[in-house]
Amino acid sequence: MVVSKNVERWSPLIVLAATLLLWQAIVAGFGIPDFIFPSPWQIGQQFIEFKGPLLEAAWKTFWVTMLGFGLSIVVGVLLGFLIGSSRLAYTALYPLMVAFNAVPKAAVVPILVVWFGIGLGPGILTAFLISFFPITVNIATGLATLEPELEDVLRVLGAKRWDVLVKVGLPRSMPYFYGSLKIAITLAFVGTVLAEMTAGDSGIGYLMQSAGSQQRMPLAFAGLVTIGAMAMAMYELFSWIEKRTTGWAHRGSQNH
Amino acid sequence: MAFVDFDKVWLAYNDELLAQGQFAVEDISLKVNEGEFIAIVGPSGCGKSTFMKLATGLRRPSKGTVVIDGKEVTGPLKITGMAFQAPSLLPWRTTVQNVMLPLEIVEPYRSQYKSKKKEFEAKARALLQSVGLAGYEDKFPWQLSGGMQQRASICRALVHEPKMLLLDEPFGALDAFTREELWCALRDLHAAQKFNVILVTHDLRESVFLADTVYCMSKSPGRFVVKREIDLPRPRDLEVTYTPKFTDIVHELRGHIGAMRKTGVSVPQ
Repeated sequence: MVVSKNVERWSPLIVLAATLLLWQAIVAGFGIPDFIFPSPWQIGQQFIEFKGPLLEAAWKTFWVTMLGFGLSIVVGVLLGFLIGSSRLAYTALYPLMVAFNAVPKAAVVPILVVWFGIGLGPGILTAFLISFFPITVNIATGLATLEPELEDVLRVLGAKRWDVLVKVGLPRSMPYFYGSLKIAITLAFVGTVLAEMTAGDSGIGYLMQSAGSQQRMPLAFAGLVTIGAMAMAMYELFSWIEKRTTGWAHRGSQNH
Repeated sequence: MAFVDFDKVWLAYNDELLAQGQFAVEDISLKVNEGEFIAIVGPSGCGKSTFMKLATGLRRPSKGTVVIDGKEVTGPLKITGMAFQAPSLLPWRTTVQNVMLPLEIVEPYRSQYKSKKKEFEAKARALLQSVGLAGYEDKFPWQLSGGMQQRASICRALVHEPKMLLLDEPFGALDAFTREELWCALRDLHAAQKFNVILVTHDLRESVFLADTVYCMSKSPGRFVVKREIDLPRPRDLEVTYTPKFTDIVHELRGHIGAMRKTGVSVPQ
């Protein structure tokens, strides 16, 4: 029992280490040149060599993403609140939102560049556009799937719509909200990098684009790893907050 | 004067159904005295839950009038408490916090909530203890068994001291032993607090054991077809359910339901 628990705790690291070893072995074994597919070791060397620029680019990408993500939390929650609590708004807005969400964001970036120029604007907006939809949908679902009996119980007492929303609707949709944040934060990174690659002058996306065009594949891969690590860290942060604040929704996984 | 007075009440759920003459309940008349415990039995889908919505003011009748406590019902009635088959407790609140929920909403408690919170909490705890939930007040609902959750749900319906308690198949999802325990809990609460109860159920034994009067409802159209006064003396012990008299009443009601099921389909509209 104790052993299996330890294995569970360390399993992500074990899998990571095994993947790196396998990767290194394949690259070394088949003699693949680094401008095609660099080995973890070469990528690691790039990290040390380009520590400064990588850190600077990562920081830039990070806060652009956070600005876009913050915007998508605000807009996503408000929109979700609106379409989750009013059937009219749901019917009226949902098809349009689905259509909008289906538009490839890579196609939107050039338009944003025309509007806002090269720089921060397109990055922030792309991160926002790509990540608000899951937040909206999840908040709306949480609010719209309220048990009718519970609503009756409260309405009989003279509860206003607002009371029902605040006392029941919002707490109930919190687990959905945190679930959506975990998806949205990873999407937001995708959006920022996308904008930086097509129309950026800084950030990880721009760095990878430049490195790629100079055939410096290990550095481009180092950029990829950086993005992955940042997204993973943010995901874990939201998981942690989720467990702390809405433990009641995860009771199945608790040990008691 | 009767406490609850339904006078020839008809309800169609929307205008379209009204135009077609499709009513969920038809021509319902009943009078309930203050403190009386009535039960409504009938096959599923016969409009029992519709009746509940009328009695709470969540729905207004298409025809006829509903008068409760001397006033015509025009909107949600704050003097009622409700409980359903699903306990529907909020999982992020402890049991005692769940029971206190109505006090955060209904006047006059709402405006006093901040200043009298301690007092209200003591009251909620006392109520929980009275139904045998002592020691579980600070547990979360999902840590309780189904029967305990249902007890808490009934406490939530009663905490604001309603004059009328509406129960929609509250024990339907429980096992037979737990159900009988809860019958007794409800019987004792009713005896102590003398509120009105309208119990909707499809369990005939339950209705006969608990109620002063049992109404049988037919299906499509949803009408009251039988009114049966239960003249078993109170307080009633569970033992009463094994007496011939009790069994005879249950049998009699069963006969009415059976007859309705056979003929119910061919009743001319």
